[in-house]
Amino acid sequence: MTVTAELMDYDEVLDRFDPVLGLEVHVELSTNTKMFCGCPTGFGAEPNTQVCPTCLGLPGSLPVVNGAAVESAIRIGLALNCEIAQWCRFARKNYFYPDMPKNFQTSQYDEPIAFNGWLDVTLDDGEIVRVEIERAHMEEDTGKSLHVGGATGRIHGAEHSLLDYNRAGVPLIEIVTKTIEGTGARAPEVARAYVATLRDLLKALDVSDVRMDQGSLRCDANVSLMPKGAAEFGTRTETKNVNSLRSVERAVRHEMTRQAGILVGGGTILQETRHFEEATGTTRAGRRKETSEDYRYFPEPDLVPIAPSREWVAELSQTLPEMPAQRRKRIQAEWSLTDLELRDLVNAGAIDLVAATVDAGAPPAEARSWWVSYLSQSANSRGVELGDLPITPAQVAKVIALVADGTLTNKLAREVVDGVLAGEGEPEQVVDQRGLKVVSDDSALYAAVDEALAAQPDVADKIRDGKVAAAGAIVGAVMKATKGQADAKRVRELVLERCGA
Amino acid sequence: MTDLIRLTAAEIAAKIQAKEVSAVEVARAHLDRIDAVEPAVHAFLHIDGDRALQAAKAVDEDVAAGRPAASPLAGVPLALKDVLTMRGAPTTCGSKMLEGWEPPYDATVTLRLLEAGLVILGKTNMDEFAMGSSTENSAYGPTRNPWDLDRIPGGSGGGSAAALAAFEAPLAIGTDTGGSIRQPGSVTGTVGVKPTYGTVSRYGLVAFSSSLDQAGPCARTVLDAALLHEVIAGHDPLDSTSIDAPVPPVVAAAREGANADLKGLRVGVVTELAGEGYQPGVLAAFEAAVAQLRELGAEIVEVSCPSFDLALPAYYLIAPSECSSNLARFDAMRYGLRVGDDATRSAEEVMSLTREAGFGAEVKRRIMLGTYALSSGYYDAYYGSAQKVRTLIKRDFDAAFGQVDVLVSPTTPTTAFGIGERTDDPIAMYRADLCTIPSSMAGNAALSIPCGLSACDGLPVGLQIMSPALQDHRGYRVAAAYETARDAAQGGPLITRVPELEVAH
Amino acid sequence: MPSISRDEVAHLARLARLSVTEAELDLFADQLDHIVQAVAQVGQVADQDIPPTSHAVPLTNVFRRDLVRPGLTQQQALAAAPAAEDGRFRVPRILGEEA
Ligand SMILES: [Mg+2]
Ligand SMILES: [Zn+2]
Repeated sequence: MTVTAELMDYDEVLDRFDPVLGLEVHVELSTNTKMFCGCPTGFGAEPNTQVCPTCLGLPGSLPVVNGAAVESAIRIGLALNCEIAQWCRFARKNYFYPDMPKNFQTSQYDEPIAFNGWLDVTLDDGEIVRVEIERAHMEEDTGKSLHVGGATGRIHGAEHSLLDYNRAGVPLIEIVTKTIEGTGARAPEVARAYVATLRDLLKALDVSDVRMDQGSLRCDANVSLMPKGAAEFGTRTETKNVNSLRSVERAVRHEMTRQAGILVGGGTILQETRHFEEATGTTRAGRRKETSEDYRYFPEPDLVPIAPSREWVAELSQTLPEMPAQRRKRIQAEWSLTDLELRDLVNAGAIDLVAATVDAGAPPAEARSWWVSYLSQSANSRGVELGDLPITPAQVAKVIALVADGTLTNKLAREVVDGVLAGEGEPEQVVDQRGLKVVSDDSALYAAVDEALAAQPDVADKIRDGKVAAAGAIVGAVMKATKGQADAKRVRELVLERCGA
Repeated sequence: MTDLIRLTAAEIAAKIQAKEVSAVEVARAHLDRIDAVEPAVHAFLHIDGDRALQAAKAVDEDVAAGRPAASPLAGVPLALKDVLTMRGAPTTCGSKMLEGWEPPYDATVTLRLLEAGLVILGKTNMDEFAMGSSTENSAYGPTRNPWDLDRIPGGSGGGSAAALAAFEAPLAIGTDTGGSIRQPGSVTGTVGVKPTYGTVSRYGLVAFSSSLDQAGPCARTVLDAALLHEVIAGHDPLDSTSIDAPVPPVVAAAREGANADLKGLRVGVVTELAGEGYQPGVLAAFEAAVAQLRELGAEIVEVSCPSFDLALPAYYLIAPSECSSNLARFDAMRYGLRVGDDATRSAEEVMSLTREAGFGAEVKRRIMLGTYALSSGYYDAYYGSAQKVRTLIKRDFDAAFGQVDVLVSPTTPTTAFGIGERTDDPIAMYRADLCTIPSSMAGNAALSIPCGLSACDGLPVGLQIMSPALQDHRGYRVAAAYETARDAAQGGPLITRVPELEVAH
Repeated sequence: MPSISRDEVAHLARLARLSVTEAELDLFADQLDHIVQAVAQVGQVADQDIPPTSHAVPLTNVFRRDLVRPGLTQQQALAAAPAAEDGRFRVPRILGEEA
């Protein structure tokens, strides 16, 4: 039975309720091999070609823990300011599902490898929210199912399903927050910023591709509402299928308005799994299970405990890179950025690109300007991430250098960048092939200036009479005649010189 | 050449190396014997004569070319329990669920056997997924005890034990979870060894109860068992619970023990493993064996291990719990049986119908029991407590081994019972493992060696010798010394007294 | 000890994906009850402070190096499948969490 209730206006939600969040993020590690076997983890291989007896769950097969995955788990734990367990185990989470070859997931239960941490999240206006981390534990991914015969390729209406186990057994780290309270109107923004911050941190650790679009970073959002002044949490829903940062924000916001609508109508919230619909920005209930979940956890008898020595943990903590938040502070100081400038840079997702451009020799201000404005617009119009544009920081630095030495004007520089983006080669090649060099040969410019003056004798006269402002019209004509390849400042000088002004 | 089937593995290997007989002749003799007695015994689920002869031929070529033997058992035929994977042959685990399933990989034990030049004759019958004490739970029909064809050969490794007693193979591999090597050894008058848990790889052993399962050697003599033990044991990086330590020197212990007395050895008799429910004939044979050990110079003391009383109940929580999870993979999706896929039923329905049809009663019973014991609210009282009981049992063993070198008991409370006698009474059936389960729970080494025939029914009785973890060689030394003395006292090996089978023509 | 009801057996059977018959429900209820009573004495140690034992020789930190090991070909992987299609295992429709 589906209860349809009106969505409540967002401001009204906040007048009446306090939202409570809990976020579970699954990260696929970018190790060479799977969690418990030596199969490769690469994305996009032919189906069932990255499998072995162990990850197919064949009778008699056994797991062996990937040491590199444990190392990544500990480094993630440390980066999230967690305690690292002195001793912990894997456990079996028993439930039947065709994408899980053993019909139990090897995971961790009451003994996670990392626990009790926190992550500071900076919101768009610079406010910092501390999100408490409950735990980070190791587990394995499931295979992928393809549903055939349904109208939309979804499970519903499918006649049969096809299973590919290449992803089965890929190492996952599940990071679970404690409940996040008191964020009020900013709850959706906090959820998005948390996932974004976590993504940047995992990227800096170089432990995962963190591609939400490819599923290597996945977020489940738990949302509940507490009437103002209430002492107990409300019933929560868990929204899955949220595969972009923007969707995280939209899903939380939608759940808040949906739940509030039900609650004020006298309804109750069902504790259930919901799915986010990208197209409509809404959530939809999953199938109700006829039996209650009972995972029958017990310690995995095929594996032995993990007891990371304190020396090892200390060694790993030495390998942590500068954390994104600290790095931002350092960059802000080094490049003398205002808070607003830093925020724009971060929001554009450009900080690494700008830093790389600066490393390639460009001044920070120019590098920032290119990435945050012109290139961000290009990425937007192409519908790709900034980092996915087909231009490298080194190429951008080269273009900046060509402007600095007078070879290009800013306008020409944009054309060069367009050429690089169009796949026409390195900036110098684009300059040559498109013939974009600034016309710096004065004799050629004199000819163009004389021609323009001759074509507009009345304007020429005005200039000669000292109405210097009229020179603009002649400069414009010259620029047009030279297809913009002249330096406008120099043209102006020549016009004034010719008119003896 | 029918005598070939009555030789020990050590003798066969020596004759092949001395070119007195070829491995092919040996293999053929055993295949002929299998042809003759299988209709009566039904020890095997799969026999591959061509493959066996090919393997034997390769050994003969090595001998002819003067190449060193791959192992001290090169060319010796062997029967492999159908719970270990082997490429090119079905692995069914005695279940309809896996009928015809050909695994795409070899178990580590299988690989070691092949590399050692053993000639694998086929796969032996067993209780379905190794759950049982009689081999009556095989989906492919029971195996019969060569001592009395109306009786059970023990279980779950009844096929391996019966193959030895019927002279179908001089060596076999078994697996022991609660006694499935030792108990069949006991009731068929053969030697069965459960090595220390973690010393033989479980990779490719279809799991019943992961924390208890251990493969081990089955043979007709202590030395043969030791030779096979050294072939299959040793660290395996594919099994996380495999212990990275040298294999205990079991062959040396067996050879030394055969010609030695037991002076200075302290033997503990476990007081809890006797009394009510034990067949008088079993107790008498056991006491005679203890007397023999005393005669050999051993000092006999009584040792109490009070927690052993909890071993059987704790076992019947741990093993079903682990099996309920291990057997979840049999779901009709990737391999094995699929029932009811009529294009309208869901995957979940097909799974349930397949598991209902593919598993036998005992397997279902244990899956249900394990599902119950692990379900929320029961974990602490059941699985959690059973793991604590293991600690208590281990402490009892530790205390006992502080006083004595080895512990002894009867291997089973009774001799082989009649086929069908206990099938309706699971609890009576479970009692067959009463004496073997403590070492399964603690993981230490234990073996069974024949110690005579019961005066009650003329059937074999087993003496169980338990050693501390990683001290497997102690048991071999005692067993070898006892074996020599026993044969001298009883006028030859017990196994020669197995009745002649009616041979098919 | 609570005896195991028929309903409870039905619930366990659902959890274990066994489509048990009506006759089996009664049989299992009876047998499980007996077995559980026979093993229940184990629970007497539940509140005692005893560390659990899982393996004979305690081991820790058994790890594998992160090196690719040859696995199965697609053909080998699918060889035993009851049904396959397009390089994948073909299974009956999945009643998923999505609906
Ligand atoms: Mg999880
Ligand atoms: Zn694999």
